Amino acid sequence: MIELRDIRKVFNAGKPHALTAVDGVSLSLDARAVTVFQGPSGSGKTTLLALVGCMTRPTEGRILLGDREITSLPERFLTDVRRTTFGFIFQQFNLVRGISVLENVMLPAYPLGEHHTALKKRARVLLDLFGILPRESSKSEWLSGGEAQRTAICRALINDPQIIIADEPTAHLDTKLSREFMDIVGRLKTEQKTVIIASHDTLVYGSPVVDRVITIRDGKIEAEGR
Amino acid sequence: MRKSTLFFLSLGILAALAAAAWTHAAYQREQGHAALQERADLVKQLDLTDLCLFTEARYTRHPTQADWHAPFQDHPMSLEHFPSGSLLAPRKGIGDR
Amino acid sequence: MGNWFERQRNIIDFTLSSLFRRKGKNLSLLLVYTLLVFLLASVMFFTHALRKEASLVLQGAPEMVVQRMAAGRHELVPERYINAISGIRGVSAVRGRLWGYYYDAFMSANYTLLVPGSDAPAPGYISIGSGIARSRLAAPGDLISFRSYDGEPMVLMVQEVLSSGSELVSSDLILISEQDFLKLFGMSPGMFTDIVLTVRNSKEVATVAGKVLTLLPDTRPIMKSEILRTYDTIFDWRSGIIVVILSSAVLAFIIFAWDKASGLSSEERKEIGILKAIGWETSDVLLMKFWEGAAVSLTSFLAGVLLAYVHVFFTSVMLFEPVLKGWSTLYPSFKLIPFISPYQVATLFFLTVVPYTVATIVPSWRAATIDPDSVMRS
Repeated sequence: MIELRDIRKVFNAGKPHALTAVDGVSLSLDARAVTVFQGPSGSGKTTLLALVGCMTRPTEGRILLGDREITSLPERFLTDVRRTTFGFIFQQFNLVRGISVLENVMLPAYPLGEHHTALKKRARVLLDLFGILPRESSKSEWLSGGEAQRTAICRALINDPQIIIADEPTAHLDTKLSREFMDIVGRLKTEQKTVIIASHDTLVYGSPVVDRVITIRDGKIEAEGR
Repeated sequence: MRKSTLFFLSLGILAALAAAAWTHAAYQREQGHAALQERADLVKQLDLTDLCLFTEARYTRHPTQADWHAPFQDHPMSLEHFPSGSLLAPRKGIGDR
Repeated sequence: MGNWFERQRNIIDFTLSSLFRRKGKNLSLLLVYTLLVFLLASVMFFTHALRKEASLVLQGAPEMVVQRMAAGRHELVPERYINAISGIRGVSAVRGRLWGYYYDAFMSANYTLLVPGSDAPAPGYISIGSGIARSRLAAPGDLISFRSYDGEPMVLMVQEVLSSGSELVSSDLILISEQDFLKLFGMSPGMFTDIVLTVRNSKEVATVAGKVLTLLPDTRPIMKSEILRTYDTIFDWRSGIIVVILSSAVLAFIIFAWDKASGLSSEERKEIGILKAIGWETSDVLLMKFWEGAAVSLTSFLAGVLLAYVHVFFTSVMLFEPVLKGWSTLYPSFKLIPFISPYQVATLFFLTVVPYTVATIVPSWRAATIDPDSVMRS
């Protein structure tokens, strides 16, 4: 479903502190599968996620989504693709402070001009699905780790994306919540979603839900498993 | 209620009040025409030259008739000592002829 | 179209939530902004209405007033000056005016005494302006005592109080007979305060003024155009208090705009990053910033202008009264007619709303165009 061909990403190109985060990666990711990029911090897995999710453009190489090449799409179209196809769960959750859980979840859909009542209903259904409906009016900074994570998941799902991308989702969670997260991933898989995770947590890449583990080191693919 | 609804409502109310003020102003202009005419007639009848706004001193009461050096009045160094002098500029043309 | 409108509403929802987060700061911002607009608009409404009033009411002022000067001071005019002027070609009517000031020590007030050209009160009677009637609690039939030039009292009876509708021109007037006027001030008949004249052809006024000056070098002709021009420049932006008010207001605006324009806090920057990461386009972020500026400035503008309208035209500029009244003890009671210049209101709108809104959008430009992946990185 997603194909990367000879991708290179260099930050601060031409400057003395230039950094090659991803160096010649080619891979093909299947749809409706759970893939994990595993590797130590600094290995380039976060950059790889960003590239896959159209958050940034590669310095070299091509990315195809389905049979459509997205590498050279203009900014507006790229954002549109990103909005409708991908849902992101960040390491720090990155919920907007000072506003409610419900509003945080609805936020990605705001610029799309959808009717407010319909959007709200959809958001509440999601919140209910993940068991945090009672907390819908709480300000995001008052949530526990688990609640924040589930809010982040709901937010990622609000536009009903095909592909979910999560960057170190269990970094701030205990074992119990980490296992809960992987259960949720399993649920998403049964709903025909594609999930791509970057993690160095054994609980994540060792989970039975995961279809494929790709080990990244120094911006290159080192090994593949499962 | 949605916040944006509240916002539009408030703006709407303010705009409506502004429209009301505009109408009120038009109405007042209409109503005040008679009194305005009365004042204009009195000016013509009595050969008046000024509005009666500041009655503290001669040159604030009749600024159009003020002396050349009225702002300084009796003494060229005398600074403005009436508050209304801070509102009235010296007659235009002073110092010209 | 419905889509566009919903998009605006959604974004406004978020903008307002965002503003509500710092409730105290933004509320006080709104209040101060409104106060600023209120002050500016009050001054604007008041001065324009007054100028308009003057320009309309003083149309009937004499076409030319001729004063005599002696040693730089205002001097009485002898009758022969009137005769001389009536001989000038182009002059259709000449009249000597008798008017002066009377200081009422009892009320610490200055009155303007005037002998009308026609229908003057009979000797022993006066007509008084409503301001005087109010301060002295005088009504027709009452007696008022004046102190003549020689210290002797002179008692006159009030026959009429001039209408309150004419207060703006007559509040401190006392209309008196020529006989009483001369007696009160110890003036001999044939001496006048100044001369008023009418010119046959209004285009010739300046020429006639020149002729008067040549004929009578110690006089000073004042033309009606100059009278009207004085009131045009009344409350000119240059004069004292207006400068203070306006420059403080402008300074305050600059401070606000500077605070906004000097860049975003790291928190704001992070928030924009998050928005971009979750799928907001650059244009969406900028739209949000636009509404952030517009919401505050639009509300403040409307509220400030409305309050100013009420202040000037309902309460007769209550807050500025101490300044307007100054040290005078006799102040006319009047309600200004709401002459409003739409041009001025529009200018005020552009001066207050636009810079602030722009100042909110511009610094966000750079943050709004960042690559969303940097958020993943942080």
